[in-house]
Amino acid sequence: MSGEHGEHGELPVAARVRRLEERLIAAGLATDAELDEILERVFASASPVNGARIVARAWKDPGYRAQLLADGNAAAAELGFGAATQGYLLKAVENTAAVHNMIVCTLCSCYPTALLGPSPSWYKSFAYRSRAVREPHAVLAEFGLELPDSTDIQVWDANSEARYLVLPLPPEDVDEMDENKLASLVTRNGLIGTAIR
Amino acid sequence: MTRFAVGDQVRARAADPDGHTRLPRYARGHIGEVVEVRAIWQLPDEAVRGVSRAEPVYAVRFPAAELWGSGSHSVMLDMWESYLEEAP
Repeated sequence: MSGEHGEHGELPVAARVRRLEERLIAAGLATDAELDEILERVFASASPVNGARIVARAWKDPGYRAQLLADGNAAAAELGFGAATQGYLLKAVENTAAVHNMIVCTLCSCYPTALLGPSPSWYKSFAYRSRAVREPHAVLAEFGLELPDSTDIQVWDANSEARYLVLPLPPEDVDEMDENKLASLVTRNGLIGTAIR
Repeated sequence: MTRFAVGDQVRARAADPDGHTRLPRYARGHIGEVVEVRAIWQLPDEAVRGVSRAEPVYAVRFPAAELWGSGSHSVMLDMWESYLEEAP
């Protein structure tokens, strides 16, 4: 193992990314402008507000909920997120009184960015990625989400071309609120499964 | 035709491959249950070498007690067909 390799391992992530970009540019595989354009396109409209709109519609409309659970991509497309979610299989996983879902990517940090926004740093951390599959009860408790021991926790490790979105439990007074109000209650952590909604 | 069906018990291969894989180490050698046949996708282990090899992919549920020896939760992983063998 070369000294240079060790040096890379100790660099902050941003510096390592920049090294990689420079290698790509030097090899003629990309330009700075192209890389900037891609990042801008990916993040311009990426927001948890999008995922919240999908959840709120599913809470209000049983037909949409059924479609979302059967074919997440089609359901996302219906709300205008078709292009934003192409390239992967969008899979919605539904929380119930007995089942709580949470998502992780133990291999890297995959998740549906268009619908959840740029991933939080903790989602990419070694601690979350290793502990979510090993001790989810404890991890959720650290997020302030104390679930009964009897809750069936299902952890979805996004190791393939599927990307997950948690459909949280609706609030008890769901019938008294309109879709916009409901969407405002849904957080990014709720869509990951580290908050109740 | 897929080799496995929903409800089948399957074992994740224990071998440690030389190159890239999407089979996480923590699942290797462990038994789970097929809960969904997902799709036919390119096998990443070969795709990184520029080789096209499409395979069925299965969503497999692994009980925590099977993976870690304790715990009541489950972990869902997607498994390309060649990652799996029949569980005895």
